[in-house]
Amino acid sequence: MTTSTEPYVLNIGPQHPSTHGVFRLRVVMDGEKIKDLDMIVGYLHRSMEKLAEERTFTQNIPFTDRADYLAAMTGNLGLAIAVERLAGVEVPERAEYLRVIFSELQRIASHAMANGTLISDAGAWQTPLLYMFREREKILDLFEMTCGARLTTNYMRIGGVAFDPPLEFWPALQELVDELPDRIDEYHELLVSNEVFLARTRGVGVISPEDAINASLTGPALRGSGIPWDLRKADPYSVYDRMDFDVVVGKSGDVYDRFMVRMSELYQSVKIIKQAISQIPSGAHKTDIPLALRPDEGEIYSRIESPRGEIGFFLVSDGGPSPYRFHLRAPSLINLSLLNELGRDAALSDAIVTLGSLDIVVGEIDR
Amino acid sequence: MSSDTRPATPMSRQIAEHRSLLDRALGLPKFILVVLSVALIGFVICQILIGYLVVSGQLDGKWYDVRDFGNAMVSLTDAINRSQMDSRIVSTLTYLIPALLGATGIVSVVGGWLLIGPWAERRLLAKFQIRQGPNRTGPFGLLQSLADALKLMQKEIIIPRGADRFLYFVPPIAVFIPAILGWAPIPWSPKMSYADLDVGVLFVIAISSLGVLAVFMAGWASNNHYSLLGAMRTIAMMISYEIPISVSLLAVVLLTGSTKLSEIVMWQSEQGVWLIMLIPFAALAFLFASTAEINRTPNDIGEAESEIVAGFYTEYSGMKAGLFMAVELGNAILVGALMSTFFLGGYTFFGLETWIPGYLILATKIGLVYFLFVWIRATLPRFRLDQLMGFAWKFLIPVSIVLMFLTAIESSILVRWDVPSFLSLGLIALVNITAAVGLTFVWMRVLFRDNDLSAPPTPILTRKMGGLQAAKVLRG
Repeated sequence: MTTSTEPYVLNIGPQHPSTHGVFRLRVVMDGEKIKDLDMIVGYLHRSMEKLAEERTFTQNIPFTDRADYLAAMTGNLGLAIAVERLAGVEVPERAEYLRVIFSELQRIASHAMANGTLISDAGAWQTPLLYMFREREKILDLFEMTCGARLTTNYMRIGGVAFDPPLEFWPALQELVDELPDRIDEYHELLVSNEVFLARTRGVGVISPEDAINASLTGPALRGSGIPWDLRKADPYSVYDRMDFDVVVGKSGDVYDRFMVRMSELYQSVKIIKQAISQIPSGAHKTDIPLALRPDEGEIYSRIESPRGEIGFFLVSDGGPSPYRFHLRAPSLINLSLLNELGRDAALSDAIVTLGSLDIVVGEIDR
Repeated sequence: MSSDTRPATPMSRQIAEHRSLLDRALGLPKFILVVLSVALIGFVICQILIGYLVVSGQLDGKWYDVRDFGNAMVSLTDAINRSQMDSRIVSTLTYLIPALLGATGIVSVVGGWLLIGPWAERRLLAKFQIRQGPNRTGPFGLLQSLADALKLMQKEIIIPRGADRFLYFVPPIAVFIPAILGWAPIPWSPKMSYADLDVGVLFVIAISSLGVLAVFMAGWASNNHYSLLGAMRTIAMMISYEIPISVSLLAVVLLTGSTKLSEIVMWQSEQGVWLIMLIPFAALAFLFASTAEINRTPNDIGEAESEIVAGFYTEYSGMKAGLFMAVELGNAILVGALMSTFFLGGYTFFGLETWIPGYLILATKIGLVYFLFVWIRATLPRFRLDQLMGFAWKFLIPVSIVLMFLTAIESSILVRWDVPSFLSLGLIALVNITAAVGLTFVWMRVLFRDNDLSAPPTPILTRKMGGLQAAKVLRG
């Protein structure tokens, strides 16, 4: 007797526990194997880039909170640096250090979230996620202490930062930084040697270095494939060139390597924050700029390293108070573009874990 | 009055036409309601009377306390037999009264656990996950399951378009039957089991495979790809893991020489040893295979939330979904009871059962096994389908069978030789543990001879940036 099989279409999303937002996968499946895979985005499109053309440069900063809502600080910083480079605004020394501290805190929070959800996708019933939240909560408390918001911080300004942190911020930060390495060690003990987790992630979703470069991946997804590329070192912005830290690079490019790169970057971020705390000078936290900043005519592409990769801002100014063209290079969108290749001929479970390891934020993809 | 003038939408029509369960029940003819309520009240009064007669010692002059329900039941049936009634009535009564009492007992045990179990599981999980857990409803949130059940009962049951309506209706009920039936042969105390079958082990195996049918029906009738995938996964897993369960139970039968559950417990009690000490591999295989059977982590691929939403009951809503969840919990404690009976000495605890009611000891053991399940759920990710099937067919089944043959040889020697039991049993335990560890080690080596079993690579730290060339240099 011969049995014949027939492919069928499975809609994963837009409402699905593991699509990390309103993101849809249209999967053609044969049994448990994926034959073809379509990614359908746009459910969270808010027309940010067009709206930005009607607002002044400073008014555009809240948009960057809502693009990558898990890493608002780095989004803010990206836009602030782009406008500063376009208009030639000087930034005080203290503000630069504050920027480094806050964007590294944000990186820790974002990586914790990414790794926690990845393990949740692999089937651990939320325990790692909630342990990761333990640290994230403390970091968000620090954000709240400083700028009043936890998620959409709107903290960076053109020419500095919005507020100098209050006095009680510094001991709280010191305490957090002191206990973080122990906590990260705890995750290592719990997860890295877990046989089930290793079986689910090693050799799954392998991206070769060539593919990674051809698909212009950035961030942990690129470094997991073995390419040593981190804008904090390769194209230093702010005061990253004064910091002593290493870039973490994976070996085989599978899900496990991307996970480990994020995990090890937590240590490096703590290291950077420690240095920034010891080096930070006193002084102004912001330069005064006109309320409606009018940069000269011209254009700029400026990029920084967000937790998800290279977040770039392309701004065109016609000399007016608002950008003539505003474009955001979203690392999530470009990292996601490889899922089509990775998911094909994989099992459904593997595709879900691979999607989790790419660490997408739908707010940034759809903008 | 504005609501009258509004045009009727499908939703408003549905709301207007919808009658709640209570309305429908009250809408029955009056005499049926009267008969039903009289029957219910009479049933309760009868039960209380019988209980009073039995415990107060008016039947055979003996006074029973809560420790021996089992003996009390025997005295009751004896009393009925001795009475001067028509023989047909006597035989009917001797079957009917213990059957009703036992059924009430089983349903109250399962039902009671369904009230306390979800709360316990959620609280435990919360403690594992450094959060509070349900603590608002009643003291310590104890009434949470009751509130959830009430909420689920009020919810509308949506039948998806294109669903096979009959097949869609049956599974939530059909899945409950094995979960309740499985309790029948379990001995709670001496002589205290609903049906102490001579073929208890076979009954257990047969009942545990019944659940597949309901799962298959649910997955097929829902007309949903997630449900179908979940059902396929669950069926594949249940069928595969039946075999390790059967083989490990065979080892139990070989050693104890009986398929009667009460005798298996008595054997362990008489020898003063739990079977988990003698055949640890079979016990662990039973535990692991059971987690696959009842869809719990790390083997919950049948309802892997992150992949196929809720598996075979994705399309069920309201109390129907609630029933599936309740059965999952009921199955977990049923497995706990079986595990305790077969491998952990059942209702005995090295002589403690003369002081404490046996059913309390068994309940404690069930609770401990359940705690183990919750612990595993809180800590482990889940396997992939092919890994799980591979584990069953390539590892669990061959190793179980080899160790089962070893147990067969040992038990035949045990029967023939007359050695002090502590010596022979100690020797058996030693041989079995050594064989299990050695065989596992060797077989793993054979299975994974091509795979890299070394520790996973740690990431490289570098300060030199670059592209492909730099990557090649880094890797060496």
